[in-house]
Amino acid sequence: MQEDYINITLADDDEDDRLFFTDAFDEIKITTRVSTFNDGVYLMDYLNSEDALLPNVLFLDLNMPRKSGLECLKEIKQNPKFKDIAITIYSTSASEEDIENTFVQGANIYIKKPSDFKTLKKVLSEVVTINWQYHTNSMNKENFLLRF
Amino acid sequence: MTLFFKFDFNSICQIVLQQILTDNNIKYKIVGFGEVEVLEKLSKDKLSQLQTALDQYQIEIVENQKSILVQKIKDTITDMVFNEDTIVNVKSSVYLAEALGHSYGYLSNLFSEVTYTSIENFIILQKIEFAKQLIIKQNLSLTEIAFRLNYSSVAHLSTQFKNTTGITPSAFQRIIAKRRELNQQNTN
Repeated sequence: MQEDYINITLADDDEDDRLFFTDAFDEIKITTRVSTFNDGVYLMDYLNSEDALLPNVLFLDLNMPRKSGLECLKEIKQNPKFKDIAITIYSTSASEEDIENTFVQGANIYIKKPSDFKTLKKVLSEVVTINWQYHTNSMNKENFLLRF
Repeated sequence: MTLFFKFDFNSICQIVLQQILTDNNIKYKIVGFGEVEVLEKLSKDKLSQLQTALDQYQIEIVENQKSILVQKIKDTITDMVFNEDTIVNVKSSVYLAEALGHSYGYLSNLFSEVTYTSIENFIILQKIEFAKQLIIKQNLSLTEIAFRLNYSSVAHLSTQFKNTTGITPSAFQRIIAKRRELNQQNTN
Protein backbone atom coordinates (compact mmCIF):
# COMPACT_ATOMS: atom_id res chain seq x y z
CA MET A 1 0.00 0.00 0.00
CA GLN A 2 1.13 3.53 -0.70
CA GLU A 3 2.01 5.70 2.22
CA ASP A 4 -0.15 8.75 2.14
CA TYR A 5 2.45 11.21 3.31
CA ILE A 6 5.93 12.19 2.20
CA ASN A 7 8.84 12.23 4.58
CA ILE A 8 10.89 15.41 4.37
CA THR A 9 14.13 16.17 6.18
CA LEU A 10 16.11 19.41 6.26
CA ALA A 11 19.60 20.13 7.55
CA ASP A 12 20.18 23.86 7.95
CA ASP A 13 22.01 25.81 10.65
CA ASP A 14 19.85 28.92 10.26
CA GLU A 15 16.92 28.85 12.63
CA ASP A 16 14.76 31.24 10.60
CA ASP A 17 15.25 29.20 7.45
CA ARG A 18 14.20 26.06 9.29
CA LEU A 19 11.10 27.80 10.55
CA PHE A 20 10.07 29.16 7.13
CA PHE A 21 10.65 25.73 5.70
CA THR A 22 8.38 23.88 8.11
CA ASP A 23 5.74 26.63 7.89
CA ALA A 24 5.71 26.34 4.10
CA PHE A 25 5.08 22.61 4.24
CA ASP A 26 2.21 23.13 6.69
CA GLU A 27 0.44 25.09 3.99
CA ILE A 28 0.86 22.92 0.91
CA LYS A 29 -1.59 20.37 -0.42
CA ILE A 30 0.43 17.16 -0.21
CA THR A 31 0.66 15.71 3.28
CA THR A 32 4.22 15.71 4.56
CA ARG A 33 6.12 14.94 7.72
CA VAL A 34 8.98 17.33 8.19
CA SER A 35 11.96 16.89 10.49
CA THR A 36 14.91 19.27 10.77
CA PHE A 37 18.52 19.07 11.95
CA ASN A 38 20.82 21.92 12.94
CA ASP A 39 23.89 20.74 11.06
CA GLY A 40 25.42 17.99 8.96
CA VAL A 41 26.80 16.02 11.90
CA TYR A 42 23.41 15.71 13.60
CA LEU A 43 21.86 14.76 10.26
CA MET A 44 24.37 12.04 9.40
CA ASP A 45 24.28 10.63 12.95
CA TYR A 46 20.55 10.27 12.61
CA LEU A 47 20.58 8.80 9.08
CA ASN A 48 23.23 6.28 10.09
CA SER A 49 21.39 5.20 13.23
CA GLU A 50 19.69 1.85 12.95
CA ASP A 51 16.09 2.87 13.47
CA ALA A 52 16.27 6.00 11.31
CA LEU A 53 13.18 6.74 9.25
CA LEU A 54 14.77 7.62 5.91
CA PRO A 55 13.30 10.68 4.18
CA ASN A 56 11.84 10.60 0.67
CA VAL A 57 13.34 14.00 0.03
CA LEU A 58 16.34 15.41 1.89
CA PHE A 59 17.14 19.14 1.81
CA LEU A 60 20.74 20.15 2.46
CA ASP A 61 22.03 23.62 3.14
CA LEU A 62 25.52 23.96 1.67
CA ASN A 63 27.17 26.13 4.31
CA MET A 64 26.87 24.55 7.70
CA PRO A 65 29.38 24.40 10.57
CA ARG A 66 31.07 21.09 11.45
CA LYS A 67 29.91 19.26 8.30
CA SER A 68 28.88 21.00 5.08
CA GLY A 69 26.06 20.01 2.78
CA LEU A 70 28.53 18.88 0.15
CA GLU A 71 30.25 16.53 2.61
CA CYS A 72 26.86 15.08 3.58
CA LEU A 73 25.98 14.65 -0.09
CA LYS A 74 29.18 12.72 -0.78
CA GLU A 75 28.70 10.45 2.23
CA ILE A 76 25.09 9.76 1.33
CA LYS A 77 25.95 8.95 -2.26
CA GLN A 78 28.56 6.41 -1.15
CA ASN A 79 26.11 4.42 0.94
CA PRO A 80 23.69 2.18 -0.99
CA LYS A 81 21.32 2.28 1.97
CA PHE A 82 20.41 5.83 0.94
CA LYS A 83 19.94 5.28 -2.77
CA ASP A 84 16.20 6.00 -2.74
CA ILE A 85 16.52 9.42 -1.14
CA ALA A 86 16.05 12.34 -3.51
CA ILE A 87 18.58 14.98 -2.55
CA THR A 88 17.86 18.66 -2.77
CA ILE A 89 20.49 21.33 -2.27
CA TYR A 90 18.88 24.27 -0.53
CA SER A 91 21.29 27.15 -0.55
CA THR A 92 21.67 30.91 -0.75
CA SER A 93 24.39 30.42 -3.34
CA ALA A 94 23.45 30.72 -6.99
CA SER A 95 26.96 30.23 -8.36
CA GLU A 96 26.92 28.12 -11.50
CA GLU A 97 29.95 26.29 -10.17
CA ASP A 98 28.20 25.20 -6.97
CA ILE A 99 25.11 24.19 -8.89
CA GLU A 100 26.86 22.08 -11.48
CA ASN A 101 29.24 20.54 -8.95
CA THR A 102 26.46 19.38 -6.62
CA PHE A 103 24.53 17.91 -9.56
CA VAL A 104 27.64 16.05 -10.67
CA GLN A 105 28.13 14.77 -7.10
CA GLY A 106 24.65 13.28 -7.27
CA ALA A 107 22.15 15.91 -6.10
CA ASN A 108 18.77 15.72 -7.82
CA ILE A 109 17.43 19.19 -7.14
CA TYR A 110 18.98 22.59 -6.59
CA ILE A 111 17.00 25.38 -4.99
CA LYS A 112 18.34 28.85 -4.48
CA LYS A 113 16.57 29.89 -1.29
CA PRO A 114 13.76 32.22 -2.35
CA SER A 115 13.60 35.55 -0.57
CA ASP A 116 9.86 35.56 -0.02
CA PHE A 117 7.57 33.05 1.61
CA LYS A 118 5.11 32.83 -1.27
CA THR A 119 7.78 31.74 -3.75
CA LEU A 120 9.22 29.32 -1.22
CA LYS A 121 5.84 27.64 -0.84
CA LYS A 122 5.41 27.39 -4.59
CA VAL A 123 8.89 25.95 -5.15
CA LEU A 124 8.66 23.41 -2.33
CA SER A 125 5.26 22.32 -3.49
CA GLU A 126 6.57 21.76 -7.02
CA VAL A 127 9.56 19.80 -5.75
CA VAL A 128 7.38 17.49 -3.71
CA THR A 129 4.87 17.03 -6.54
CA ILE A 130 7.50 16.15 -9.13
CA ASN A 131 9.33 13.89 -6.70
CA TRP A 132 5.99 12.19 -6.06
CA GLN A 133 5.69 11.47 -9.78
CA TYR A 134 9.14 9.89 -9.86
CA HIS A 135 8.34 7.93 -6.72
CA THR A 136 4.92 6.58 -7.75
CA ASN A 137 5.79 5.88 -11.38
CA SER A 138 9.14 4.24 -10.67
CA MET A 139 10.86 6.65 -13.02
CA ASN A 140 14.63 6.65 -13.39
CA LYS A 141 16.06 8.75 -10.54
CA GLU A 142 19.44 8.97 -12.23
CA ASN A 143 18.00 11.37 -14.78
CA PHE A 144 16.18 13.38 -12.14
CA LEU A 145 17.63 16.89 -12.24
CA LEU A 146 15.66 19.94 -11.32
CA ARG A 147 16.70 23.50 -10.68
CA PHE A 148 14.85 26.48 -9.25
CA MET B 1 -28.20 -29.17 26.08
CA THR B 2 -27.66 -25.73 24.64
CA LEU B 3 -24.31 -24.03 24.39
CA PHE B 4 -23.84 -20.31 24.06
CA PHE B 5 -20.97 -18.71 22.14
CA LYS B 6 -19.40 -15.34 22.08
CA PHE B 7 -17.74 -14.22 18.81
CA ASP B 8 -15.09 -11.74 17.96
CA PHE B 9 -15.85 -11.09 14.30
CA ASN B 10 -12.62 -9.24 13.62
CA SER B 11 -10.42 -12.11 14.75
CA ILE B 12 -12.53 -14.65 12.88
CA CYS B 13 -12.31 -12.73 9.61
CA GLN B 14 -8.61 -12.20 10.08
CA ILE B 15 -7.97 -15.90 10.73
CA VAL B 16 -10.05 -16.95 7.72
CA LEU B 17 -8.22 -14.47 5.52
CA GLN B 18 -4.82 -15.60 6.80
CA GLN B 19 -5.69 -19.23 6.14
CA ILE B 20 -6.82 -18.60 2.59
CA LEU B 21 -3.82 -16.45 1.76
CA THR B 22 -1.48 -19.11 3.15
CA ASP B 23 -3.36 -21.86 1.28
CA ASN B 24 -2.84 -19.91 -1.93
CA ASN B 25 0.88 -19.56 -1.23
CA ILE B 26 0.70 -15.81 -1.11
CA LYS B 27 3.27 -13.88 0.90
CA TYR B 28 1.52 -11.16 2.82
CA LYS B 29 1.55 -8.83 5.75
CA ILE B 30 -1.56 -7.77 7.63
CA VAL B 31 -1.57 -3.99 7.64
CA GLY B 32 -4.75 -3.28 9.50
CA PHE B 33 -8.37 -4.22 9.56
CA GLY B 34 -9.36 -5.34 6.09
CA GLU B 35 -6.05 -4.31 4.60
CA VAL B 36 -3.38 -6.74 3.57
CA GLU B 37 -0.12 -5.90 1.92
CA VAL B 38 0.76 -8.51 -0.68
CA LEU B 39 4.53 -8.92 -0.83
CA GLU B 40 4.64 -10.20 -4.38
CA LYS B 41 3.06 -9.32 -7.69
CA LEU B 42 -0.10 -11.34 -8.27
CA SER B 43 -1.03 -12.43 -11.76
CA LYS B 44 -4.63 -11.92 -12.90
CA ASP B 45 -5.18 -15.69 -12.71
CA LYS B 46 -3.89 -15.92 -9.18
CA LEU B 47 -6.02 -12.95 -8.16
CA SER B 48 -9.21 -14.53 -9.50
CA GLN B 49 -8.23 -17.83 -7.91
CA LEU B 50 -7.93 -15.99 -4.60
CA GLN B 51 -11.30 -14.31 -5.11
CA THR B 52 -12.90 -17.72 -5.80
CA ALA B 53 -11.47 -19.08 -2.57
CA LEU B 54 -12.80 -16.06 -0.69
CA ASP B 55 -16.26 -16.32 -2.28
CA GLN B 56 -17.51 -19.04 0.09
CA TYR B 57 -17.02 -16.64 3.01
CA GLN B 58 -18.47 -13.77 1.02
CA ILE B 59 -15.21 -11.88 1.34
CA GLU B 60 -14.58 -9.56 -1.57
CA ILE B 61 -11.38 -7.97 -2.85
CA VAL B 62 -12.11 -4.27 -3.06
CA GLU B 63 -10.40 -2.60 -5.94
CA ASN B 64 -10.08 1.10 -5.95
CA GLN B 65 -11.65 1.99 -9.27
CA LYS B 66 -10.20 5.47 -9.23
CA SER B 67 -6.59 4.37 -8.85
CA ILE B 68 -7.08 1.72 -11.50
CA LEU B 69 -8.35 4.26 -14.01
CA VAL B 70 -5.54 6.68 -13.14
CA GLN B 71 -3.04 3.89 -13.75
CA LYS B 72 -4.67 3.27 -17.14
CA ILE B 73 -4.38 6.94 -18.01
CA LYS B 74 -0.69 6.87 -17.10
CA ASP B 75 -0.08 3.70 -19.08
CA THR B 76 -1.79 5.16 -22.12
CA ILE B 77 0.27 8.34 -21.88
CA THR B 78 3.54 6.45 -21.43
CA ASP B 79 2.68 4.30 -24.39
CA MET B 80 1.76 7.36 -26.43
CA VAL B 81 5.06 9.07 -25.61
CA PHE B 82 7.55 6.21 -25.55
CA ASN B 83 6.23 3.82 -28.14
CA GLU B 84 7.28 4.71 -31.64
CA ASP B 85 4.58 2.55 -33.16
CA THR B 86 1.79 4.44 -31.52
CA ILE B 87 1.48 7.27 -33.95
CA VAL B 88 -0.75 9.92 -32.53
CA ASN B 89 -2.06 12.37 -35.02
CA VAL B 90 -4.94 13.52 -32.89
CA LYS B 91 -4.74 15.75 -29.83
CA SER B 92 -3.78 13.80 -26.72
CA SER B 93 -7.05 14.77 -25.01
CA VAL B 94 -9.05 13.20 -27.85
CA TYR B 95 -6.78 10.19 -27.92
CA LEU B 96 -7.10 9.54 -24.17
CA ALA B 97 -10.87 9.97 -24.18
CA GLU B 98 -11.25 7.51 -27.04
CA ALA B 99 -8.78 4.97 -25.69
CA LEU B 100 -10.35 4.89 -22.23
CA GLY B 101 -13.99 5.52 -23.05
CA HIS B 102 -14.52 8.46 -20.71
CA SER B 103 -14.84 12.16 -21.39
CA TYR B 104 -11.59 14.08 -21.15
CA GLY B 105 -13.08 16.37 -18.51
CA TYR B 106 -13.82 13.41 -16.27
CA LEU B 107 -10.37 11.87 -16.78
CA SER B 108 -8.66 15.19 -16.21
CA ASN B 109 -10.47 15.91 -12.93
CA LEU B 110 -9.90 12.41 -11.63
CA PHE B 111 -6.23 12.51 -12.53
CA SER B 112 -5.59 15.79 -10.74
CA GLU B 113 -7.48 14.60 -7.69
CA VAL B 114 -5.41 11.42 -7.28
CA THR B 115 -1.93 12.39 -8.49
CA TYR B 116 -1.53 16.05 -7.43
CA THR B 117 -0.64 16.94 -10.99
CA SER B 118 -2.53 17.49 -14.24
CA ILE B 119 -2.63 15.26 -17.29
CA GLU B 120 -0.95 18.02 -19.34
CA ASN B 121 1.93 18.26 -16.86
CA PHE B 122 2.28 14.51 -16.71
CA ILE B 123 2.53 14.29 -20.50
CA ILE B 124 5.19 17.02 -20.54
CA LEU B 125 7.11 15.30 -17.73
CA GLN B 126 7.07 12.00 -19.62
CA LYS B 127 8.12 13.64 -22.89
CA ILE B 128 11.04 15.39 -21.22
CA GLU B 129 11.95 12.14 -19.50
CA PHE B 130 12.04 10.44 -22.88
CA ALA B 131 14.09 13.29 -24.31
CA LYS B 132 16.59 12.80 -21.45
CA GLN B 133 16.93 9.13 -22.29
CA LEU B 134 17.48 9.90 -25.94
CA ILE B 135 20.07 12.54 -25.12
CA ILE B 136 22.02 10.14 -22.92
CA LYS B 137 21.66 6.79 -24.57
CA GLN B 138 21.48 7.43 -28.24
CA ASN B 139 23.40 10.63 -28.61
CA LEU B 140 20.73 11.99 -30.91
CA SER B 141 20.88 15.64 -31.82
CA LEU B 142 18.20 17.91 -30.42
CA THR B 143 16.76 18.31 -33.91
CA GLU B 144 16.24 14.57 -34.17
CA ILE B 145 14.78 14.36 -30.66
CA ALA B 146 12.39 17.23 -31.34
CA PHE B 147 11.21 15.40 -34.45
CA ARG B 148 10.81 12.06 -32.63
CA LEU B 149 8.75 13.69 -29.88
CA ASN B 150 6.53 15.67 -32.23
CA TYR B 151 7.75 19.12 -31.24
CA SER B 152 7.22 21.78 -33.85
CA SER B 153 10.78 23.07 -33.43
CA VAL B 154 14.03 22.58 -31.52
CA ALA B 155 13.38 25.87 -29.76
CA HIS B 156 10.07 24.58 -28.46
CA LEU B 157 11.72 21.43 -27.09
CA SER B 158 14.58 23.38 -25.49
CA THR B 159 12.20 25.83 -23.86
CA GLN B 160 10.00 23.10 -22.49
CA PHE B 161 13.05 21.20 -21.26
CA LYS B 162 14.32 24.29 -19.48
CA ASN B 163 10.90 25.12 -18.04
CA THR B 164 10.41 21.60 -16.74
CA THR B 165 13.86 20.90 -15.33
CA GLY B 166 15.35 24.36 -14.82
CA ILE B 167 18.40 23.42 -16.87
CA THR B 168 19.15 23.40 -20.58
CA PRO B 169 19.44 20.15 -22.54
CA SER B 170 23.17 20.72 -23.09
CA ALA B 171 23.83 21.39 -19.38
CA PHE B 172 21.91 18.21 -18.63
CA GLN B 173 24.06 16.23 -21.02
CA ARG B 174 27.24 17.70 -19.54
CA ILE B 175 26.24 16.98 -15.93
CA ILE B 176 25.29 13.37 -16.58
CA ALA B 177 28.53 12.77 -18.50
CA LYS B 178 30.63 14.27 -15.68
CA ARG B 179 28.70 12.30 -13.09
CA ARG B 180 29.43 9.04 -14.88
CA GLU B 181 33.08 9.92 -15.13
CA LEU B 182 33.16 10.56 -11.38
CA ASN B 183 31.37 7.31 -10.60
CA GLN B 184 33.87 5.43 -12.69
CA GLN B 185 36.79 7.06 -10.90
CA ASN B 186 35.27 6.08 -7.57
CA THR B 187 34.77 2.45 -8.51
CA ASN B 188 38.24 2.05 -10.02
